[in-house]
Amino acid sequence: MSKKAKMIWNAGLIAALLATLFVLEQVLPSGSMLFTVLKKGAIYALVAVSMNLLNGFTGLFSLGQAGFMLLGAYAYAILTIPVESRGSVYQYFDGGIIQFTVPVPVALIAGGILAAVFAFLIGLPVLRLKSDYLAIATLGFAEIIRAVFQWDKLGPITNGSNLLRNFPSFKSVLYPFVVSGICIALIVLLINSTYGRAFKAIRDDEIAAEAMGINLAHHKRLAFVISSFFAGVSGALLAMYQTTIQASMFKSAMTYEILLIVVIGGIGSVTGSCISSFLFIACSEWWLRFLDNENLYIGGFHVPLLRPGFRKVVFALVIMVMVLFYRQGIMGTREFSVEGIRNFFQKRFGKQKAVEGGGSHE
Amino acid sequence: MEWITRNLPYLMAGISVGGQYALIAIGYTMVYGILRLINFAHGDIFMVAGLIMVYATTVMPIYIAIPLMIVATVLLGFLVERAAYKPLRSAPRMSIMISAIGVSYLLQNLALYVTGGLSQQYPPIPWINDTVTVMGATTKRVTLITPVLTIILVVLLVLLIKKTKIGMAMRAASKDFETSQLMGIKINSVISMTFIIGTFLAAIGSLLFFTNYTGVTPTAGAMPGLKAFVAAVFGGIGSIPGAVIGAFIIGICENIIKGLGWTTFSDAFTFALLIVILIAKPTGLFGEKATDKV
Repeated sequence: MSKKAKMIWNAGLIAALLATLFVLEQVLPSGSMLFTVLKKGAIYALVAVSMNLLNGFTGLFSLGQAGFMLLGAYAYAILTIPVESRGSVYQYFDGGIIQFTVPVPVALIAGGILAAVFAFLIGLPVLRLKSDYLAIATLGFAEIIRAVFQWDKLGPITNGSNLLRNFPSFKSVLYPFVVSGICIALIVLLINSTYGRAFKAIRDDEIAAEAMGINLAHHKRLAFVISSFFAGVSGALLAMYQTTIQASMFKSAMTYEILLIVVIGGIGSVTGSCISSFLFIACSEWWLRFLDNENLYIGGFHVPLLRPGFRKVVFALVIMVMVLFYRQGIMGTREFSVEGIRNFFQKRFGKQKAVEGGGSHE
Repeated sequence: MEWITRNLPYLMAGISVGGQYALIAIGYTMVYGILRLINFAHGDIFMVAGLIMVYATTVMPIYIAIPLMIVATVLLGFLVERAAYKPLRSAPRMSIMISAIGVSYLLQNLALYVTGGLSQQYPPIPWINDTVTVMGATTKRVTLITPVLTIILVVLLVLLIKKTKIGMAMRAASKDFETSQLMGIKINSVISMTFIIGTFLAAIGSLLFFTNYTGVTPTAGAMPGLKAFVAAVFGGIGSIPGAVIGAFIIGICENIIKGLGWTTFSDAFTFALLIVILIAKPTGLFGEKATDKV
C-alpha cells in the first residue's frame, strides 16, 4: 500500500470513529455507561501511551506517572477555577492567592508543561539510576509530590488536602477523544522520527547505542520530559472528567493500573495500549458490574458469592490470567493498522485471492 | 531530662516501627537477591496476615490463632510463588514483576470483598498489648519487644544462611542463578524456601505492627510494604543486614519527623532519603557494586 493510500485510510478511519461517536451521543441517553468507559478510556489511553513511550520504547522503567498526572490535574484546576467561585473552593484559605483564570486549552498545556518542568528537574539526578532503582526513585518522587501538594502551607495555591472543584469540564465524549488523539498522534510522530529510533536503540542496548553516537543522557531526559508532558495533559483531562480532584487520588496504585494497561496492551505497541485501556476500563467499570448484584438469578438459581466487591476480585483474576498466559499482551510489539488487517486476510484467504486477482506487490 | 521524656516516645516508636519494617524488608531483599524481582505482593501478604488474625480470633482462642495465622500466611506466600511466579521463571523480568503487581491487586480486592471495605478491629493480644512505663514515657510492651524479637530473628536467619545447607544454596542462587542450577541445586525448592522465610517474618511483623494500630484495611499493607521495600533498597537490596539497618534508620527518621510536627511529610521524607542515598551510592548502603561487562 502506498504512503498516500495509507494516510487516506487512516484519516477515513478516524473520521468514521468520530462520526460514530457523534451519532452515538445523539442516540443514546447521556447517562449510559458506554460514555463513561469511552471518556475514561480515552484519557487512560493517553497516559498509557505516554508510559509506553518510556517503558516500551526507551526502556526506562519509570513508575512516576501518577505524580505527573497529579501535577497536570492541579495545574489545570488551579488555573481554571472561575474567580467568583474561588471563595467557596478555597474556603479555608481566603479564596487562595491566584486570582485569575486562563482559557481551558492554555490550562491543559500548562498542566503538561508543569509536569514536564518537574520531570526535567527530577530527571537530573534520577535518570542516572538503572532499572529497578529508577523505578523506585520515580515512585518515591511521585509520593513526595503528593505529600507536598497536601501540605497546609501551600494551601493558598493547592487548597491543601481539600477538594478542588468548580473548574470547567467537558460534556461531549468527543472532547477527550480529540485531545488524546492529537497527543497520541504527536507521540507516534515522535516515535517514528530519528529521536524515536534513538530511543529504541537505547532500549535494545544502551552501550551499543552510545557507541553509535547517541547521547544517552540527552535522549533519556528527552523521553522522560516528553512522556511526563503527556501524562500531565492526561491528568488535566482526568480532572475535567472527574470534575473534582484531590491529591490523595493519585496514589501509586494508579501507576500500577496504568502499568498493567501498558503490559496487557503489549509493551512497545501504541495501538495495543489504546485498545487495552478501553478494555481495562470497560471490564473494571462496566461489563463485570452484574457481579456486584447480590440478587442475581439464573433461571431460579441464586448465584452464590455475589455481593459488592466481587466484580473486582473477578477482574483481578482476569488480569492474572492475562499476565500469566498472554505474556506478550494483546498486540505484542505489533501495531494495529489497515495494512496489517489486509495482510492478515490475504494470508488467510490468500489462495483464493491469488487466483482471483493475481499477486499483489507489497 | 525533660527533653528525654518528651522525645523518648518518638524514638521508641521509631525503633519499634523500624523493627517491624525490618521483618518485612527481609522478605523483599531475599526474594530480590535470588529472583531479581520486586515482590509487590509482599506488602499485601502482610495485610492478609493481619486479616487472618482478625478472623481467626473470632472463632478460636488467641494461642491457637497466632500459630494458625503464621502457618496460613506462609502457605499463602508459598502458593503465590508457585502459582504466579514459577510459571514465569523463563519469561522476561518485566512479566514476573507485572505478575507480582497482579497478585497484589488480587489480594487487595479479595480483602475488599471479604471485609466489605470496612476497617477490621485487630484483636488485642494479651501481655504484649499491656502498657509499660520507661523513664517516664508510657508505651505498649510491644514497642519494647519488637526490636529485641527482630534482632533475635535476624540473628537466627543469618545463622541459617551461613551455616546450613539450604542457606548455602540460597547464597549460591543469589550469586549466580544459572550456575547454581548446574551445580545441582534444586532451584525451585530454594526459591520456595526463600518465600517461606520471607512470609514467616512478614507474618510476625504484621502481628507486631497491627497491635499498635486499631484496624486492618485492604490497603493497610501498601504503605508499610513500600517503606519496607525502600528500606531494603536503602540498605542495598540483596543484603540482609543492610535491609535491617535501613529499616531501623527509616523507622526512626519517620518518627522523629512526626515528633517535629511534620506528619504530612513523614512518608515523603522516607523517599527523599532513599533518593539521596541512591544518588550518592547507586546500589544502597551495603549493596554490591554492579559492573557492566561489554
